[in-house]
Amino acid sequence: MAEGRNDGVRDVIIVGSGPAGLTAAIYTGRATLAPLVIEGEPSSTSDQPGGQLMLTTEVENFPGFVDGIMGPELMGGMRAQALRFGAELLTARATRVDLSERPFGVWATDPMTGGEVEHRARALIISTGARSLMLGVEGERELLGYGVSTCATCDGFFFRGHDIAVVGGGDSALEEAIFLTKFAKTVTVIHRRSELRASKIMQERALANPKIRFVWDSVVTAVRGASKVEGVDLRNLLTGEEPQLAVTGLFVAIGHAPTSDLFKGQLDLDDGGYIVTLGGTSATNVPGVFACGDVQDHVYRQAVTAAGSGCMAAIDAERWLEAQAHHHQSPGGMPEDAATFTR
Amino acid sequence: MTNDHVTLTDETFDEAIGASSEAVLVDFWAEWCGPCKMVAPVLDEIVEEQGGKLKLGKINIDDNMELARRFDVMSIPTMILFKDGEPKVRIVGAKGKGQLLQELHPHL
Repeated sequence: MAEGRNDGVRDVIIVGSGPAGLTAAIYTGRATLAPLVIEGEPSSTSDQPGGQLMLTTEVENFPGFVDGIMGPELMGGMRAQALRFGAELLTARATRVDLSERPFGVWATDPMTGGEVEHRARALIISTGARSLMLGVEGERELLGYGVSTCATCDGFFFRGHDIAVVGGGDSALEEAIFLTKFAKTVTVIHRRSELRASKIMQERALANPKIRFVWDSVVTAVRGASKVEGVDLRNLLTGEEPQLAVTGLFVAIGHAPTSDLFKGQLDLDDGGYIVTLGGTSATNVPGVFACGDVQDHVYRQAVTAAGSGCMAAIDAERWLEAQAHHHQSPGGMPEDAATFTR
Repeated sequence: MTNDHVTLTDETFDEAIGASSEAVLVDFWAEWCGPCKMVAPVLDEIVEEQGGKLKLGKINIDDNMELARRFDVMSIPTMILFKDGEPKVRIVGAKGKGQLLQELHPHL
């Protein structure tokens, strides 16, 4: 495997390019820290440059956009704004990190050689977000792209006049279901409980939509079909019944898990895999490493809170770098440990 | 980023693919597809690096539903590599350059 070393140590590397990472890039860029953003690789899942918003349609609750804005358009704007302030964006996937010594090491894929390139920085901002969970049942992976979809906005078009299903009971599941009624004849929402997790406004919209019906207390146990989805096997968790549902499309929206595997054993993670940050800041347990966005947030998980925490991480990193520079110039300056980290 | 590609339609597809002496990477895409937009510059790069050996054909599925149906496209982006008029590789979903090259390479 070819391996290269990128010359020079950066002030800041940002891993991830959703609202958190790009806001951190805008702020550190404006602070003339010339951040390198390892933005990810194209994908049809949320693990891609721009993150989860690349798969959404209308974002109605990002302040400032009275009539809403399309997710990819919002992310395109943030990306252009980061570039404007001198951020460098690398379309590559981070493959491993070394946080045991400073400057920190981050390795990223090199599409030219198939190997990886090493990058080094004095401060690291982690904004790797969350990835969508899959069901992990028979037929799901085999039929991905042939009726099983991770991207309603990409694939809804192909189900004009079809009977299809959405799995999940949260905001993203209902948002997808409502979007898909633009094309499908019927959309069946399959949910494992008897009530929805989604916000009131989404519930009201979905329940009022004549094309949407619900199958409660049920899980999908298999996806059926030879070369295309023909149906799903269900199990009712209360009655134990195992009915089949004839659908040609299955959209999975059962939630997200933090993308933190890269940092296991090097950063403190909680039981859910979220990076632990020091109360009210973006500081992790490793001085100089900051986390923002959905990879450290299991409560709010909104575009606007991700962006807000990206701003916090940028300011925290900037102050930390300043304190470090001061410390190196005059012995007895700022101590390095996170416990005395001040805002 | 180059724009050196052929726009294929329901009407022009057969002739264009049949007459091509080079391999053609056909990209099924649409304006409203986020992952399609992210993978587009990567496809441009790949085709450019192949010199004259590979051409890029773009099919906007909004206007060319016949082709999407004919090739059973149910997810975009879908990319199909045609050689001598025959489909050789089918890639469903946006992917990074390294992974795309890996899947295309045996046929280039």
